[in-house]
Amino acid sequence: MTQSLAYIKKHLTQYGMIIALISLMIFFSFLTSGVLMTPINLTNLILQNSYILILAVGMLLCTLTGNVDLSVGSAVALIGGVAAVLMVDLGLNPLFAVIISLLAGCVIGAWQGFWIAFIKVPAFIVTLAGMLIFRGFALVLLKGTSKGPFPQIFQSIASGFIGDPFGGITLFGKPLHALSLLIGVLLCAALLAAEILSRKKQIKYNFDVMPFGIWILKNIFLILSVMFFIVVFALYKGIPNILILLGALVGIYHFITVKTVPGRHVYAVGGNAKTAKLSGIKTEWVMFWVYTNMGLLAALAGIVFAARLNVATPKAGNMFELDAIAACYIGGSSVTGGVGTVVGAIIGGLFMGVLNNGMSIMGVGIDWQQAIKGFVLLGAVAFDLYSKSKSRSK
Amino acid sequence: MSEKNILLEMKDITKEFPGVKALSGVSFKVKKKEIHALVGENGAGKSTLMKILSGVYPYGAYSGDIIFDGALCRFSDIKQSERAGIAIIHQELALSPYLSIAENIFLGHERAKAGMIDWDKTRADALVYMQKLGLNENPDTPVNKLGVGKQQIVEIAKALAKDVKLLILDEPTAALNERDSQNLLKLLTELKNNHGISCVLITHKLNEVSAVADTVTVLRDGRTIETIEVNKAGISEEKIIKSMVGREITDMFPKRSHKPGDTVFEVKNWTVFHPENPQRKILDDINFSVRAGEVVGFAGLMGSGRTELATSLFGKYYGRNISGKTFMEGKEVNLDTIPKAIKHGLAYVTEDRKEYGLVLMQNIKNNTSMANLKAVADYGVINESGETKTAKEFKEKMNIKAPSIYQTAENLSGGNQQKVVLSKWIFAAPKVLILDEPTRGIDVGAKYEIYTIINELARGGMACVLISSEMPEVIGMSDRIYVMSEGRISAELDAKTATQEKIISHMI
Repeated sequence: MTQSLAYIKKHLTQYGMIIALISLMIFFSFLTSGVLMTPINLTNLILQNSYILILAVGMLLCTLTGNVDLSVGSAVALIGGVAAVLMVDLGLNPLFAVIISLLAGCVIGAWQGFWIAFIKVPAFIVTLAGMLIFRGFALVLLKGTSKGPFPQIFQSIASGFIGDPFGGITLFGKPLHALSLLIGVLLCAALLAAEILSRKKQIKYNFDVMPFGIWILKNIFLILSVMFFIVVFALYKGIPNILILLGALVGIYHFITVKTVPGRHVYAVGGNAKTAKLSGIKTEWVMFWVYTNMGLLAALAGIVFAARLNVATPKAGNMFELDAIAACYIGGSSVTGGVGTVVGAIIGGLFMGVLNNGMSIMGVGIDWQQAIKGFVLLGAVAFDLYSKSKSRSK
Repeated sequence: MSEKNILLEMKDITKEFPGVKALSGVSFKVKKKEIHALVGENGAGKSTLMKILSGVYPYGAYSGDIIFDGALCRFSDIKQSERAGIAIIHQELALSPYLSIAENIFLGHERAKAGMIDWDKTRADALVYMQKLGLNENPDTPVNKLGVGKQQIVEIAKALAKDVKLLILDEPTAALNERDSQNLLKLLTELKNNHGISCVLITHKLNEVSAVADTVTVLRDGRTIETIEVNKAGISEEKIIKSMVGREITDMFPKRSHKPGDTVFEVKNWTVFHPENPQRKILDDINFSVRAGEVVGFAGLMGSGRTELATSLFGKYYGRNISGKTFMEGKEVNLDTIPKAIKHGLAYVTEDRKEYGLVLMQNIKNNTSMANLKAVADYGVINESGETKTAKEFKEKMNIKAPSIYQTAENLSGGNQQKVVLSKWIFAAPKVLILDEPTRGIDVGAKYEIYTIINELARGGMACVLISSEMPEVIGMSDRIYVMSEGRISAELDAKTATQEKIISHMI
């Protein structure tokens, strides 16, 4: 038991964000007398925040290098415009339109990456310029007005739900989306298998393993929370398409950052660029690809946002960059680079999302919401720095 | 020793960090008008003791008493200890680089009237202190235009301006060349004789101790081992080393059994210009070669171009308009980028391991695999068990003292950090290993281990280039010695017949 307590103490900061997110959800559940946790609201919460979460994944890589990308909000507007021109004006097949839009995002990212990596213009300046340039291009492209609507299939990217070949089942007198439940069960099995494998490996290599009791508790908690959300979705219309996309993105980028050589190189460059360079890492190319990737994900966010609104407007994506950056820092990224995780950024993004959503349900005005979000960001980063300086002085 | 003569007495100082006793019952006395050397291996507690004295660790964070100038002191921060007359000069200088000498001297207590700086008085007063210290510079010169040696003197002037009674210097000569070191030590003696300022000198260089110190206190494992009066006892360096490490080190350098083989790496007509000032030649027509299993020493003053030679060869990291040819095992090779240099078998251990050698926030494992990550990855996916195994093997082989390979590099001592950097490069399996000041700021015991590793590598056939400012190290470790002076190779000497005098005569 004492061993378990010591472990919890040591790793508390690691799970601090998750605990904070859950506390926030419970807090708002009480304040909104349960509205926050209703199936329809949770589904909306995911739909409303999906594009910020997509941006946060790309932004995480930027913050790992010790930089940010201020242009993503404008890129969202520009790519939305590109998609609209392709589909609405030219009547292109939505699949081709999406592919071309994503490629356009890569070009935007590569453009910025080029100046940052090879000409060595500070990322802040390049992306500040990009913020103006892309917003301007979006206005030019859309001639200052909105363009829509989009084909049905395109809209379903952001607002659709996975189909149910089983036609739904009824449990305890309530209709449920069967495929969603099946996916949930499979996901839990996969998570559990991964956990068991990694624990076996850790024991084999003599790592600092979690005490067994806590490990069991953690997994029960993990499965319960996954199943909770799955059941909530199943009670409404099932799993949204966008959640599948998000899940895949998180999985892919988590894998890249944790398990692959390019991921390790990003952390090394962010931790100490000079050392990384002198160790033979092509630091310029790392920066180039990080920003190219940000362009790709900004394009994806732009597509999702346009699909959700069912219209492309030159004002789209205003201030998105700040939400994405805030998500990363609330999720534990270090301002100086080298520290941060994909999962952390997602949790940070959800934290902001729950905060917005909860306050909206309570009827807090947009004015106060802004101010409160500002305080939360400041508090989160200050707390992070404080706890770090405390652990260092020990 | 009558009590009157005592400037500082630290009694029974104990300081605990969670899980470690950094100091246990340390006593330390400094007399008025003396230079007191504080020596000990890294981790012996020297810095901790000085941090307590200067108030970095406030009263209450330690137990024991500090009596300074006859009064019991309970400093709660650095400001208070400065007011009492204690100034500490750290290894990393605390100067503002773009401000002038005069501005830096009075930083924090500006010569001002009603909030407006009195520039005439600032300059005039600065000149007084500068003259005292023999610093012949314009007080308006920005300090980043000065060499490290002179910057250090500005630091001392800053301390003098605060009416210092006790000056603490943490390895002041670590970054200085021979000449500047001599000047600095002379200056400390003058301050003592002419101005009655006592000085605590933390150092790893024992020749400095015997040159200027009146008293030596040796710390080991957080305890005072002994305090020796230098002039009376006629102490030998061996004696100090013995009490520092707690065992006898019969030889400073381990025995060597390697035999040089064929030439591995050859550089011809290597010429390099300054990166910002393309008119300025930094290296002029350098020619040298290294054989397999050979340790080649590079001696020279700071600024003679040794580091620039290494970094320009290593993927043209330094310099511009580089011309010349490089040959690896007889074949001409292109070393234009660092990945190419590594691919062709070159490795470079930098002189500044914290800034250029390690990602401090990452653990031993990640630092070890950094230069050769491909070797533990399949199709770009890191093979975790392979990487772990490699890091563990190196930790074992190099005797890296850490609880596990998941320890972050910033929490390691200097010697262990250097072993991690060496692991990183040995794992990259180079043919030629360039070591730039590999034992700077490393304690005696760890130095010996590093020397053993270098010899071991040479015995395995690696060609080693050893750049060092410590002459005994160059002579003791090398087979052959190149001496550099002002961007040229001024001599090539056989290490067997080389002497310090001979090397110095070619350095200037």
